[in-house]
Amino acid sequence: MVEKHIQLAENSVEKETTTINLGPTHPATHGIFQNVMEIDGERVIKTEMTVGYIHRAFEKIAERRPYNQVTPLTDRLNYCSAPINNFGWHMTIEKLVGLEVPKRVDYLRVVIMELARIADHLVCNSVIGVDTGALTPFTYVFQWREKIYEIYECICGSRLTTNIGRIGGFERNFTDDAWKKIHDFMDGFPAILKEFEALLTRNRIFMDRCIGAGPISAERALNWSMTGPNLRASGVDYDVRVHSPYSSYNEFDFKIPVGSAGDVYDRYLVRNGEMWESYRIIQQALEKLKGMDSSIFHADAPEFYLPEKAAVYTKMEALIYHFKIVMGEVDLPVGEVYHAVEGGNGEVGYYLVSDGGRTPYRLHFRRPSFIYYQAFNEMVAGGLFSDAVVTLSSINVIAGELDA
Amino acid sequence: MTKEIIQERVGAAFGNEALLWNESFGMLECTIPADQNLAIATFLFQELGFQFLTDLTGVHYPDNTGKELGIITHLHNLKDNFRLRMKAFVPVATPDIHSLTGLFSGADWMERETFDFYGINFVGHPNLKRILNVDEMDYFPMRKEYQMEDPTRMDKDDEMFGR
Repeated sequence: MVEKHIQLAENSVEKETTTINLGPTHPATHGIFQNVMEIDGERVIKTEMTVGYIHRAFEKIAERRPYNQVTPLTDRLNYCSAPINNFGWHMTIEKLVGLEVPKRVDYLRVVIMELARIADHLVCNSVIGVDTGALTPFTYVFQWREKIYEIYECICGSRLTTNIGRIGGFERNFTDDAWKKIHDFMDGFPAILKEFEALLTRNRIFMDRCIGAGPISAERALNWSMTGPNLRASGVDYDVRVHSPYSSYNEFDFKIPVGSAGDVYDRYLVRNGEMWESYRIIQQALEKLKGMDSSIFHADAPEFYLPEKAAVYTKMEALIYHFKIVMGEVDLPVGEVYHAVEGGNGEVGYYLVSDGGRTPYRLHFRRPSFIYYQAFNEMVAGGLFSDAVVTLSSINVIAGELDA
Repeated sequence: MTKEIIQERVGAAFGNEALLWNESFGMLECTIPADQNLAIATFLFQELGFQFLTDLTGVHYPDNTGKELGIITHLHNLKDNFRLRMKAFVPVATPDIHSLTGLFSGADWMERETFDFYGINFVGHPNLKRILNVDEMDYFPMRKEYQMEDPTRMDKDDEMFGR
């Protein structure tokens, strides 16, 4: 009788499945969240998702912050398209106080929001390429995301967590440099996106990896409250920009790309289609901006919009408003408001309860990633493990948006 | 789909005296008795096409005795593009309400999050445990009695602004 030196856990030899951890820190998750997966050979049986690793209590922090100081919190939700979150929050406040912003501000916002959407989708789609073994397209398009970040930088001074804009408009007008960068981007981007599509869309290996991976039907996607490109890939044409237009989106002519199978390939195609549509929207916005008074970049809202420094030093009213805004002493009317914008991943909603004070009484962020990531188990169960990895990158789960 | 149709249909099915209708910023709002939330949501789902759960969250009003905790549900009729906010209030001592997970799979994590932060007990939820906070946490941090900062700190005291 040979003495057993290795003590195996009970039933571990008979167990026919393997439990593995995909995450919390794993190259395939692109963020900090965990998937405890039970696999049988190459097949995924079940996945249990664990989130909360970067929970930062934003909703609680927001309850003590004056309204304009909440904007930096919204940056950190979906940090791939922070400007959309920023403007979404500003529009929520504008809705609550009934503030009309000038048309030019709407169009400028549209330009920035659509650039942000392109940046968001570029990351997601090129990362699907990376996860299927095609690194080259990623390196091509990341240069162009960089150019978008340079545009942000020209306008607001920062790149990733932008804190762009203010309640009522922009903190400063777009400089000539910013316009030059925007036009340069518009000139060069279509060629790059075409090249990107040429590298991936009809690539046999890429298609074989993506078609049929991680599918979800339209019915199930709706039942899971999915929104954004992931829902549209299943064939539902729900887009907040069309259904509840904000920021003058109703004046623009664009299509909503939809898929049919809701698999990785459809999600990829929908995001690519959306980039083309975003490009068209920016073109239209630039066209609309041409005839406008280029000195307007914010609403006349002295209670929310920081006055010019020169005026603060010389005029009493400007000084009072400056002080009130900086100290966060601007009270908002009582009310409950829900405002939604179409973020990179879907409907980003702000549910704000104001009790008339200087801070929100309650602020809830509807984070699309948090909601559709629940469906991950259903999408990958029964499929191959390698499909689960590409599914994860194609639904574009952003850890910041998961945890709030 | 108009708000009159919804008010009439829901009122006829559940009795108008129990419901409180309101409209704020273009969104129809209905305060409902807490024990009927599942019945009303099912009615809205089957009869009036509110088949998309946009959002579910909680809110705490400590001074609202007997109705301290609110459960706020945003529903969306995508076909007619109509949004509806449903509010139910439960006492903080017995914060029980029916889970909507049977109707909407997506309610799962939303309810878990609401439980995690407000301690609302969703009866019928298949896996009601904490989601963003650690499992060992023994309080519900979004309730108003938990202040953001240490109230004993003197350097944050500011009489001028009444904070």
